[in-house]
Amino acid sequence: MTAIMTDKQKNQSKLKRQIKEHLIAYSFILPNLLGFAIFTLIPIGFSLALAFMHWDGANRVGWAGLENFQRLMDDETFWIALKNTLIYVAGTVPLTLIASLGLALLLNQPLVGRNIFRTIFFFPYVASLVAVAVVWNLLFFPSAGPVNEFLRAIGVMNPPRWAASVDWALPTVIMASIWKGMGYYMVIYLAALQGIPGILYEAADIDGANAWQKFRYITVPMLTPATFFISVMLTISSFKVFDLIMVMTGGGPGRATNVLVIHTYNTAFRQFEFGYSSAIAMVLFALVLGITIVQFYMERRWVNYM
Amino acid sequence: MTVSARPDNLKWDDSKSEEKKNRFKLSPGKILTYALLIALSIFMLLPFFWMLSASLKLDKDVFVFPIQWIPSDPQWSNYQTIWTQIPFLTFFYNTTKLTVIITILQLATSSFAAYAFAKLQFKGRDFLFLAYIGSIAIPWQVYMVPQFIMMRRMDLVDTHLSLILLQAFSAFGVFLMRQFFISIPDEILDAARIDGMSEYGIYFRIMLPLSKPALATLTIFTAVFVWNDFMGPLIYLNSQELKTIQLGLRLFIQQYSADYALIMAAALVSLIPVIVLFLAFQRFFVEGIGTTGLKG
Repeated sequence: MTAIMTDKQKNQSKLKRQIKEHLIAYSFILPNLLGFAIFTLIPIGFSLALAFMHWDGANRVGWAGLENFQRLMDDETFWIALKNTLIYVAGTVPLTLIASLGLALLLNQPLVGRNIFRTIFFFPYVASLVAVAVVWNLLFFPSAGPVNEFLRAIGVMNPPRWAASVDWALPTVIMASIWKGMGYYMVIYLAALQGIPGILYEAADIDGANAWQKFRYITVPMLTPATFFISVMLTISSFKVFDLIMVMTGGGPGRATNVLVIHTYNTAFRQFEFGYSSAIAMVLFALVLGITIVQFYMERRWVNYM
Repeated sequence: MTVSARPDNLKWDDSKSEEKKNRFKLSPGKILTYALLIALSIFMLLPFFWMLSASLKLDKDVFVFPIQWIPSDPQWSNYQTIWTQIPFLTFFYNTTKLTVIITILQLATSSFAAYAFAKLQFKGRDFLFLAYIGSIAIPWQVYMVPQFIMMRRMDLVDTHLSLILLQAFSAFGVFLMRQFFISIPDEILDAARIDGMSEYGIYFRIMLPLSKPALATLTIFTAVFVWNDFMGPLIYLNSQELKTIQLGLRLFIQQYSADYALIMAAALVSLIPVIVLFLAFQRFFVEGIGTTGLKG
């Protein structure tokens, strides 16, 4: 009779099995979770606290309350950086979207050498920023760079001084970022285009739709999930812009390309005001979070899921 | 947003056979498309051509206009000089070391964790996964300062270990692998379980072999990221002998700000490993974006 288990024994063995399953699952997660929790999650929590502290990295930490945030109000550089960041985002996001969609539409046709074109457009995305930035700076070198020499040759007497001019530095950086990023988003659009069932176009053909109508009433709505995804990703990454500006202009000339992350970096690692720098980072975070939430809220209105 | 793994979504050569026939048909529209694509390609590649051409010139000839695309007297010696001007070889070694170690750790730990997230049941799974996803949306710059302070406390600033620890456990890797694992049917795993295979056995002998495209994608994403990373090394590495190629390139630009030809040669050399990696794995790279991307 020992072979038949009582209910209690059954429950016990079930519990044992469950515990074992859990332990196995945790053993899979643990190596990554340990590193992720220590080096990402804890610092995220810590940065929230730091925004309310004074700290120069050497002396004792002091409670600051809202002082860091009050200081933001009078920090002229902060407002310039905020404005520059918003201009950068407003310039980069729509233009990259349009450029990548245009490229994807061009490449989504039966063409010879399509793969080669795709590779070419994608390549700037994987090229290192430092290398790309230095080439751009030389190409757009105000006095003798090839771009301005070309402009002079075709009759533009006073070509812009590009990255060296207060007015043109930000547009120059925006152009470079579009050139570098559009290939990546093009690939996402291409994947989405390939996911549109051909039958929709066939049905439209039967109904006598022209090319524009097919684009407007089939392609565009079918692409809205991709457009949504890309605009969220692009917005987040544009708010985070740092490397490109750091190597192209260093935030200058003057403060012409000083964006929030550059300001955060300078405050922390040049002036050693870690608390204040965290407060600036918090503003950046709040902005990104706010805009992402708005984007997700608007999603229902215009994004079309099959 | 429906995010799903679709390994078949985007093949490198994704043309249907009917399309293949259409490829060679020429119409006015087609000709216009080709013209546009070729013009755009030239625009995209121009900076790289110019880089190559400038790197083979004398400094005084770099800005000669009209541009001499093929230098009449190529200065191959520029490519020798850069290695002696600055410890380029050390920078290369450091970057390679970081890239290899971080990529291997990233692949191992994130695919391991992704298996549990995708295929195992346990308490707190959804909550933990949400924390992972949430952290992707938070700009790194928001917490880079606390990270730095922590690393300083651990006495790890100015070591390679600091960068390895920071970059080897990314949420992105877990997310990418999970999306792929989810698309593998549970029936295969259940069959293996009935045959008495342990979860570890399933992971090593079923999941990993089936996930080569995703693993390749993560490899390339991580390797390219680490190779090109500028801000991490900028913050954490101060000693000359620890610096990476991107920092070295920046240093070079600052020190030899007028030696345009040498700068271009150095920049080009720093791109070569990425070019090689990219061309070798481009198929996976593009597929991988489709895989982790979205479903229309």
